[in-house]
Amino acid sequence: MVNKESNSYTLIFSAVLVVLVGVLLTVVFEITNKPYEKSVEMEKRQNILSAAMGKTLTREEADQMFVQYIKESKVYNSAGEEVQGQDAFTLDLSKELKKPEAEQLYPMFIFQDGSTVRYILGMRGTGLWGPIWGYIAIESDLNSVFYANFDHKGETPGLGAEIKQAIFQDQFALTKGKKIYENNEFRGVLVEKKGKTSETSEEYKHVVNGISGGTITSDGVSNMLQKYLKAFDAYIKKAGIAPATQQANLQTNASNQQP
Amino acid sequence: MSTESIAIEKERKPLFTTKDRKLITDPLNDDNPITVQVLGICSALAVTVQVKPALFMCLGVIFVVAMGNFVISLIRNFIPSRVRIIVQLVVVAALVTVVDQALKAYAYDVSKELSVFVGLIITNCIVMGRLEAFALANKPGPSVLDGIGNGLGYSLILVAVAVVRELLGSGSILGFPIIGQWALDLGYKHNGLFVLPPMALIMVGIIIWIQRSKNQKLIEAN
Repeated sequence: MVNKESNSYTLIFSAVLVVLVGVLLTVVFEITNKPYEKSVEMEKRQNILSAAMGKTLTREEADQMFVQYIKESKVYNSAGEEVQGQDAFTLDLSKELKKPEAEQLYPMFIFQDGSTVRYILGMRGTGLWGPIWGYIAIESDLNSVFYANFDHKGETPGLGAEIKQAIFQDQFALTKGKKIYENNEFRGVLVEKKGKTSETSEEYKHVVNGISGGTITSDGVSNMLQKYLKAFDAYIKKAGIAPATQQANLQTNASNQQP
Repeated sequence: MSTESIAIEKERKPLFTTKDRKLITDPLNDDNPITVQVLGICSALAVTVQVKPALFMCLGVIFVVAMGNFVISLIRNFIPSRVRIIVQLVVVAALVTVVDQALKAYAYDVSKELSVFVGLIITNCIVMGRLEAFALANKPGPSVLDGIGNGLGYSLILVAVAVVRELLGSGSILGFPIIGQWALDLGYKHNGLFVLPPMALIMVGIIIWIQRSKNQKLIEAN
């Protein structure tokens, strides 16, 4: 029997163990990565379309319906200038956030169902433990919020993680009457501690309630909303459209007929 | 079963001897990992705000403790004692990574529900504690049972704490509202304190108190 406590045995044992475990994990990763990436992509379609339609679709439904409803997408920078040659769907917002503010790009998707048109902004920000992201759908008046959904990497279950629950997201539903502008002046939608702004006040149009115990995540959502709504504001100003005053049409081909 | 327990040392033994059964049942009460061994407290704080994540966490811990115990027990005679903790860590980390990857690929929704907590299983003191205290000195079979037993004992406390915290903190269990709107209309308020981590410690303390008052064996002689 070899001496288990000798240095050489210990070194060899450790090396063999680490190589074995390394090989095992590589194999597992190779097998599982493809289905995982497919799920992530399908989920992205699910989130975009669920925000645009204001209801929860399954990943499979969304995957099929996506091409039918999301006909066009745009990418623009902080100054609101449209950027060509970028795909909004594959735009990696985690990389964009690392760039200087002026160089960051923002994705926007256009949903069209018959005469109904909505604009969906892809967003990404920081919560308490890691990244948060989401999609906000805006009506064609460019002012009314239609719906929004959020997701996160690792916020605390029961606290910050509640941002992905209907109880938080439903506050953005069209019926709640959240508006981005007040008399053509940009206000955005803020996430605040419940009760800070009276529910009966005019100001409540621009406020949703945060999550008790999830203040830092709520603040993260608030900052994220402001950032991406402001960029959208810059974009529509560049496009020469005043919000809320007219039915806007941001589509490249305005006479785009639906099947 | 009492006659069979004598046969433990013999070549052929029944599938579950009394000793084996004790491996499962002891951690539920007399040797509970949380309330008696005081292991795994950290995750008891983090995942007991709601019942659902607590349940998923329990399943993950049961699997990892049982498998970790099994693997370490298999190679126990080859592990140099100087590096045994590192070896245990490598095995546990590898198992947890495999579980995490498998969930991501084939149970995407569950993996999202668990998020960071799968990774946190690695740091659960129960896992390392059982590898060190049991698997290094016992055969694979009993080690698996010990893992399952301790996983269940952990789950028992975790779910008990989570039920109380979700009920009093958010008025629901597993997301279903238990305390109706009528109670809120009458002036009942959810206790926000239960949503915060310190309440889990206080709950665990209360459980230890109740358990000790019922189970005299646990009270120290002095």
